[in-house]
Amino acid sequence: MGLPLLDCFLNANGTALAQGAPLPLRFGAWMWGCGVNPARWTPDTEGAGFELPVELQALDRELATGGKLRDQVSILSGFDVRLDGRPNFPHTAGLMGTLTGSLPLQDYTVPAPTLDTIIAGEIGGSTRFRSLEMSCTGNPNQSYSYESQSVFNAPEISPIALYTRVFGPEFADPNAGPFTPDPRVMLRQSVLSAVKADRDRLLQRVGAHDKERLDQYFTSVRQLEQQLDILLSGPADLESCALAPAPGPESPGTEVGQSMATNRLMASLLSFALACDQTRVFSMMFSDRISGLRQPGSSAQHHQLTHDEALDPAVGYQPEATEFVYVSMEAWADFVERLAAIPEGDGTLLDNCLVFGHSDVSLAKAHGITGIPMMIAGTAQGALRPGVHVAGATSPTTRVGLTVQQIMGLNTESWGTRSMEATQPVSEILA
Amino acid sequence: MRTINFTLARLTAAAGLLLLGAAGCSSSPPAVPVDAGPVALRRLTAEQFTRNVHDVLGEHVTVPSRIDPDDRRSGLLAVGASFASVTPSGFEKYEAAAAAVAEQALDASHRDDLVLCQPTAVTTSDEACARTFIERVGRRLFRRSLTQAETDARVEIANQAANTLRDFYAGLELGLMSLLVSPEFLFRVELAESDPARPSTMRLTSISMASRLSYLLWDSSPDDELLAAGENGDLVTDNGLAAQVERMLVSPNLETGIRAIFSDLYDFKQFDDGLVRKDGALFPVYTQTLVEEAKEQTLRTIVAHLTADEDYRDLFTTRETFMTRGLGVAYRVPVATASGWEPYSFPEESPRAGLLSHISFNALHSHPGRSSATLRGKFVREVLLCQDIPTPPANIDFSIVENTQGELRTARERLEKHVSSPACSGCHTLTDPIGLALERFDAIGMLREEENGAPIDVSGELDGIAYEDAIGMGQALRDNPALGPCLVRTLFRYAVGRGPEAGEEALLESLAERFANSGYRVTELLREIVLSDGFRTTSGPRDAEPSGDGP
Repeated sequence: MGLPLLDCFLNANGTALAQGAPLPLRFGAWMWGCGVNPARWTPDTEGAGFELPVELQALDRELATGGKLRDQVSILSGFDVRLDGRPNFPHTAGLMGTLTGSLPLQDYTVPAPTLDTIIAGEIGGSTRFRSLEMSCTGNPNQSYSYESQSVFNAPEISPIALYTRVFGPEFADPNAGPFTPDPRVMLRQSVLSAVKADRDRLLQRVGAHDKERLDQYFTSVRQLEQQLDILLSGPADLESCALAPAPGPESPGTEVGQSMATNRLMASLLSFALACDQTRVFSMMFSDRISGLRQPGSSAQHHQLTHDEALDPAVGYQPEATEFVYVSMEAWADFVERLAAIPEGDGTLLDNCLVFGHSDVSLAKAHGITGIPMMIAGTAQGALRPGVHVAGATSPTTRVGLTVQQIMGLNTESWGTRSMEATQPVSEILA
Repeated sequence: MRTINFTLARLTAAAGLLLLGAAGCSSSPPAVPVDAGPVALRRLTAEQFTRNVHDVLGEHVTVPSRIDPDDRRSGLLAVGASFASVTPSGFEKYEAAAAAVAEQALDASHRDDLVLCQPTAVTTSDEACARTFIERVGRRLFRRSLTQAETDARVEIANQAANTLRDFYAGLELGLMSLLVSPEFLFRVELAESDPARPSTMRLTSISMASRLSYLLWDSSPDDELLAAGENGDLVTDNGLAAQVERMLVSPNLETGIRAIFSDLYDFKQFDDGLVRKDGALFPVYTQTLVEEAKEQTLRTIVAHLTADEDYRDLFTTRETFMTRGLGVAYRVPVATASGWEPYSFPEESPRAGLLSHISFNALHSHPGRSSATLRGKFVREVLLCQDIPTPPANIDFSIVENTQGELRTARERLEKHVSSPACSGCHTLTDPIGLALERFDAIGMLREEENGAPIDVSGELDGIAYEDAIGMGQALRDNPALGPCLVRTLFRYAVGRGPEAGEEALLESLAERFANSGYRVTELLREIVLSDGFRTTSGPRDAEPSGDGP
């Protein structure tokens, strides 16, 4: 890990390196499936200083870099996904409403780009990786990062593969002595030039839909060219950047212990990748919207339990299913805590991030899409007020997505369609 | 021994068909008017990418497993391939895979098999040898001869790299990489032209037909002979096409094609991706090796049955299969062969017959900790009978139905509660009676007599045909009138990479009738499809994809 910065290297506000390049601002999404028990998750009071409800006790942690985790996280309750007469496709409608601002007309379809890709489109071009997608489910075919129905960003499911991709031989280690550009990288650029020369001839021969698909392909070629440019320019001039240690043994799968361990390994690798400015956008799927989390030896998965398990009349909730809510919140806390563990500027990496945590439903048993549980961690370089609870009072979840886009520097004035269209950011969390 | 028998059976069948063809009967395409649908680029599936590399560059090449995942639409990767694009992270993986493949293909011990000329010096460029290599390998990878500009660009890269790195073969690696990352390799380009004999009809060009045939029947790129036929214009003539189709249908590569079709249709990729997971404490017998063998057992059964030209419908009743010692443990049957496969017949008294009694299906359509009559029944309805099962209503209380504690001990008892609720019964009466017949096969397909201490009743009915057990259900499925036409529809979708259009319905009906008349022989159905106008003609390139978010 990099050494803490000495104050003399920083500008007066501690937000930029003295040479003038500001520290990068990062965005990430962290998703867990099958929601919460709203009555046990929602704080009783609004604003700062609320008492942590039982299902948010995981946030009651001391941070190694000082302060409490709960003071870095804002809670957003009571924001709704609105159907406008469209079907409530179980676990899909709430997720898509929250992440795309639109509701699908058919099940398993993506009506519009997801928030992370909108932001990556704006800020992803200047880093080696436009974005990094990760999953703790062991499923290589599923993430919730879509530019469109056909353009889906596949996740890394293996911490070792993520390590190799970011910190493998190509990584320019700032602590590894003088940098010499690899001639092979330049030759790889000429390979891409030849491919681009095929473009016009191919485009003449295809229809409108294939033209879109090929445009996407060539956008991807240009992105890799940029990646190669960045590789040739040498290591980033960032004090907190260091080569990540190689992850230990891994075990992809959806048993609770497996997903929790994957989440911690991925969070650690990601924190190094962000500190070295390898990417500024990420998304993590901790569990599928049809959550497949399970305890070893049990015949039922999280999602099944939310539907099958009887409410315990003595307590008013499903005890076994609720164990997975605790697990999910512990995993969220692990993830955010890791970002707060890396010193950066005069604070931590987390201070230069905006991490949007959310689920697909409120109460999974009823596929509830009112009061989708959402959280925001990090102050986004002081733009956000952390540690507050905002009750959305049935306003659309898109207000949160709109706020996120504006904080990340996008000129978005409204976001979402039909009655999901939002024009008012969530001012209560703005600094 | 077995393999020889199948080959003989195929040859005999082919000879028979040639005779029939000579009599002007079976091989003439169905004479129904067809208004065919559009063509689109089709991205290679991960499996096709690997197979193409092996076919063209050598079996020794290990293709990295990190290729962008395939898109599965309307139940088929073959349809998703007509929609898939390449994302930045996907392209990054293709480029890394291309580098790894090129390095292995041209390593010191294999380069002479692939580069059929000797460079004047290994430490510098050799334009003539590089050009020979790029032209020959490029033609196989692009599935057509390269244009002058395409070749020149690659030769230039090879020369530049050879001189920079002082290594002729390192130069070729870069040249080969630029073929492997090209959209002309990653996507199959299907082109249409006006048919001179019917100017208002668009047909696929002869060279496009070569790829269309080859990926359907062999799941890989065309071989040299097929490419030559494509480039000579043979594949837009009836005789030229028929000659190649007959050759392809008796090739051993047909087995690969049939495997690919049924792996895709049955979504067996889930086994390869390690996604069919079971609880280790509840099912200690279950391992990744076991499921891979279970998948292989089913595919071997299908290939053996269909290449012997047996009736497709009998796949659901046949007792013939294959076994390994590892599978024998899970099936609780003795297996003589210590390692490898042996033919096996489930005995008369066995409760198993037909594909649906295999471990593969029962494990795939179950949860990690328990079986699912609903998932199994849904598979039969949707995939084998082409019937739609709607998704469950959003706001519904399931708590009464699947709680395994308390009084409801068997799946039947729990599911009967669904049927008592009108919101649920519409779908569950379609799926559950099928799946309940398989309830003696647990979440990994092992046999059990009871569930939670209660005996398991496996009787039921399928579309009015009552049965007592899984074997009876297999028979009812075998005799179901929707079974054959559903395979026709599915194979057609697989062949053209999209759902049928209204103007193709008459063709599908005719194909179904001819499939029945042929005794439900799948090789005959494949022949009928590729000779039909549904396969050979098109409305032209597809327009933009609907966005999914309507007004």
